[in-house]
Amino acid sequence: MIVHAHDFFTLLGKIDLHSFAFVRAWRDPSLNQVIAAGAASMVVIGAIALVLLITWLKKWRYLWDEWLTSLDHKKIGIMYIVLAFVMLSRALIEAVLMRTQQAMAVNTPGIVSPDHFAELFSTHGSIMIFFVAMPLLTGLINFVMPQQIGARDVSFPLLNSVSLWLTGAGAGLMMASLVIGKFSTGGWSGYPPFTELTYNAGVGPDYWIWAVTLSSLGSTLTGLNFAVTIYKKRAPGMHLMRLPLFCWTALCTSILMIFAMPPLTVATAMLALDRYLGFHFFTNGMGGNMMNYANLFWLFGHPEVYILILPAFGVYSEVVSAFSSKRLYGYTSLVLATMAIAVLSFTVWLHHFFTMGQNADINGFFGIATMTIGIPTGVKIYDWIWTMFRGEVRFTVPMLYSIAFMMTFVLGGMSGILLAMPPADYLVHNTLFLVAHFHNMLIPGMLYGMIAGYTYWFPKAFGFRLHEGWGKAAFVCWVVGFYLAFMPLYALGLAGVARRTHELFDPAFRPWLIVAEVGGLILLTGLALLFVQLYVSIRDRENNRVPVGDPWDGRGLEWANAAPAPEYNFALIPQVHSRDTFAWRKEHDCAYDPPDEYRDIEMPRNSMSGVIIGVCGGLAGFGLVWHIWWLAALPVLGVIATVIARSFARDVHYTIPAAKVAAEHGEWLRLIRETRPVDRFQETSPANRGLAARVP
Amino acid sequence: MFLALAGCGAFHDSFFNAAGPIAGQERHLFIIVSIVMLFVIGPVLILTPIIAWHYRLSNTKHAYRPHWSFSWILEFFIWVPPTLIVIGLSFLLWNYTHKLDPYRPIESSQPTLEVRAVSLDWKWLFIYPRQHVATVNMLAIPAGRPVHIEMTSGTVMQSLMIPQLAGQIYTMGGMTTQLHIQADHPGTYTGQNTQYNGEGFAKQKFAVNALAPQQFDEWIAHVRATGKPFDAKAYHHLFEKSVEKQPILFSSAPDGLFQRILDRYHPTARASDTNPEVIRP
Amino acid sequence: MSANEVKHAGLNLGDTDEVTHEQAGEGIFGFWVFLMSDAIVFALLFATYGVMLPGTAGGPTPASEYDMKSAFIETLLLLTSSFTFGLASIAMKHELGRVRLQFWLGITLLLGLAFLGFELHDFASMFSDGAYGSRSGYLSSFFGLVPLHGLHVFFGSLWIVVMMVQVSWFGLDARVKINLLRLGLFWHFLDIVWVGIFSVVYLQGLI
Repeated sequence: MIVHAHDFFTLLGKIDLHSFAFVRAWRDPSLNQVIAAGAASMVVIGAIALVLLITWLKKWRYLWDEWLTSLDHKKIGIMYIVLAFVMLSRALIEAVLMRTQQAMAVNTPGIVSPDHFAELFSTHGSIMIFFVAMPLLTGLINFVMPQQIGARDVSFPLLNSVSLWLTGAGAGLMMASLVIGKFSTGGWSGYPPFTELTYNAGVGPDYWIWAVTLSSLGSTLTGLNFAVTIYKKRAPGMHLMRLPLFCWTALCTSILMIFAMPPLTVATAMLALDRYLGFHFFTNGMGGNMMNYANLFWLFGHPEVYILILPAFGVYSEVVSAFSSKRLYGYTSLVLATMAIAVLSFTVWLHHFFTMGQNADINGFFGIATMTIGIPTGVKIYDWIWTMFRGEVRFTVPMLYSIAFMMTFVLGGMSGILLAMPPADYLVHNTLFLVAHFHNMLIPGMLYGMIAGYTYWFPKAFGFRLHEGWGKAAFVCWVVGFYLAFMPLYALGLAGVARRTHELFDPAFRPWLIVAEVGGLILLTGLALLFVQLYVSIRDRENNRVPVGDPWDGRGLEWANAAPAPEYNFALIPQVHSRDTFAWRKEHDCAYDPPDEYRDIEMPRNSMSGVIIGVCGGLAGFGLVWHIWWLAALPVLGVIATVIARSFARDVHYTIPAAKVAAEHGEWLRLIRETRPVDRFQETSPANRGLAARVP
Repeated sequence: MFLALAGCGAFHDSFFNAAGPIAGQERHLFIIVSIVMLFVIGPVLILTPIIAWHYRLSNTKHAYRPHWSFSWILEFFIWVPPTLIVIGLSFLLWNYTHKLDPYRPIESSQPTLEVRAVSLDWKWLFIYPRQHVATVNMLAIPAGRPVHIEMTSGTVMQSLMIPQLAGQIYTMGGMTTQLHIQADHPGTYTGQNTQYNGEGFAKQKFAVNALAPQQFDEWIAHVRATGKPFDAKAYHHLFEKSVEKQPILFSSAPDGLFQRILDRYHPTARASDTNPEVIRP
Repeated sequence: MSANEVKHAGLNLGDTDEVTHEQAGEGIFGFWVFLMSDAIVFALLFATYGVMLPGTAGGPTPASEYDMKSAFIETLLLLTSSFTFGLASIAMKHELGRVRLQFWLGITLLLGLAFLGFELHDFASMFSDGAYGSRSGYLSSFFGLVPLHGLHVFFGSLWIVVMMVQVSWFGLDARVKINLLRLGLFWHFLDIVWVGIFSVVYLQGLI
């Protein structure tokens, strides 16, 4: 049989030579194409270098056995955070490129073409939300929450791995879009009809659809998993009103994920039906109506904002309390405020489109509902302030981020209330004012919280503290960079500059744009310094080890075990007597009492099902993007086969004998007896081995 | 401070430099709320650093009460004043939202001018149904008279905003939305689309010329006399993707032109219009 | 009857195995949560259908397309299949023997497949009228909602097959029992969704 060239290309769907960024740059070596090819080569070279490095170090087996197929919630959490930092690097570089473009393109076309610029803001937004913010918070909750509630793992460890790999598959599609084809130009919200086939015939919106869909499926399952874990796996005595605040926020975020991700899945699925089968959900005419999309998308999108911010609020609650050596002020208030925010977040979605022409009653209602969320949010800020009151505040890195957050977040609150006023919103909607507002919420709100949490819990994950000085340097960059990058955008927005504009026409804007660009570069420096900090900390790890596991005189159960924690977390599931259990135990001198007896512990075995499902999901997504139907269908069958095969597996647990647990735990207790406790003045010195001196 | 900002070059086209009653009132609301909010966030900006610094570990002159975690008095001040402020702001919001509803006609002794606007890729079509003329990328209005704009989109969703005159409203294909604007004095303002719609987005701006009543009538006569004819070619060009360097004036606009553009997205549309979005299986 | 038996009605895991009971609690609660999330998907599709109903774009309408007789038969098939699944659950709970359990599962499967057959026939006759999803917004919302339910029934049927194999393979071990209980929840959930589809979607055909 003769295979013709065109048959070959049929097998490859819509892919042709011109789909490759390198080929486009070869044929048209403009700066714009060269930048695209440069980005593509970073992906390719990065991937090849990683593969070579792992091969050279002979770490494939280690990686596979210890990490990729692991169902340990701590390792899954760490993998989420690694993914988030990789994606953060890309999206932040894109942000700087956009700032550069705008700073240069005053009455000139600048360095990237309009379409390329549109791809940049679309990937930047989609990545930051779905592949940076979501993995960061999911990773942090994964790592911390089971330890805080005194559990050995989440309720469904395999499902946890599936969620991770689905998110990873989505991120993979985002990366593939740099090399093959082009990404959507429709922004992170992908509004039709612009993203419909009529106006956007390329594969871009399809990349967006499938990347987002994979990640949102992963997040739905994650929400389910976390919520069930918090309801069902708490240690005895851990009543709901004794939960650490971080767990409360994790619970609310999980509930929001369960109910808010489906609208996104529905919206992207409908858009896919429009694009693939010619349906008319959101087309102009033929009975289609894009307003349905706006409602569905923001029915997800607004709760999503609180999915992102609540875990950060949880981190601040933990950090402020720990570094003030004091109980959290107004625990009940904080819990009520968190729940109130979660509930109200479903009642405000319409404020994302006050300008769609609904009547004043509707706009008024949603405007007032929006302002109402300001009350519980304000309550939280005051609760943290009163937590510091009469405490012993230490200005460590996580605490600095928390203080910077409180003082910066309120500025975002101010612009938020302005945007909640429909007539004011008419003026600044779709302008850089809006861009500044949500970055003001997401960087000082969400990202500071995540970096604070990363710094705070890092010793628990790896057994040594992060370098304090480099951490403070990064902190300065993140704060100064934020103000320089976004305060000018507030001003430009007030001046009427539309968002997503790749060229400006008034020279008076230029100074503001240059300041913003400098701010962007400082933020990038902040990220680089975080990597430097990580490198220096690993290099000097012997100086900063905290094997006992309690470097910050912590208050929750997650500090009651060794650092790094054993795979089973606790030798014996602890009995909880009060809020801030571990602090209570330290006060009663029973924090490190040996248990009466040890028992066998049953833990889930590794499984490659998650990897297979994730890889299949990614391949199916790629096949769908490029209309390679065999590649779309086969992996779906692979997923079904994997799920069925897994349901036949019976030997899915292994047992750690009591004797081994006893030996490990005994070794740790011996270490504690030999360790010198340190007071809080020595917290960041090498003398801190993770044993806190009793507060007088 | 805001007036000072308005003086800066960058804010020339901003609503701070409002030139009509709608933008003026919207600016007024913006400023009131900003001032109220300064009082709300002020305590946080002051308290946070003071408390954090005073209760620092190395300061031995402060009380340390690790178990203190609740006070009814503080709870009162945390919950009640913000609630009262939000209630107060809610009244303000409700009143202004109704008063400044973009669909609400502007009260005036002068008659309202009717304009139809169509957002296109990447230009704006303005139709003057009573005057039977049309323009592309040029909106001339009589100063001092209210203007009622009814709009739709001939392509993807867009958003029409003239910051110095009024806030924005979306335009959507097959549907109409409305906006009322008024310029107090003759002058030139900038209008734009704020919703990204492709390559030409950044350049999709148009001039709004507010003219004295006499001049407006002269302008209409000028358009009738010197404008291009609105023929089939002109009509089809509207739906092609283009960035217009110069405004286009049409000496005539057929009756029902706006309706015809709306009907493009409905199956009852005239046979001469082929609907681009019908994909038959 | 002990508290544990009450916890998982329809499931008999024995009083002795405390740990399995706890796992069952977690697994089944998790599945409930999943169903709630899935219910949101259907709720949104129902809402979309309601909003898009007028968007017929001059094409087929509910009155012209819905075959009420067929929809009624489908309803009976699915309701009966829920009943027969209930009988299967009883067979499991009271340990009436694997054969009886398999029998009722088999009947449920056949009823599910019959339902799918009728539904595909409905779609085929709609297609022959030119009532495709790409014809109008209204038909898009119809084909977004109803076939998704059909897809659920298909996967439910596949799941029944898998469980029948597992019952004969493993007998009624704890995991098989828990999975049968989850499958039961799923199957009854589909029934409830169908009741919604029949009332909200198909009854429109009478107007």
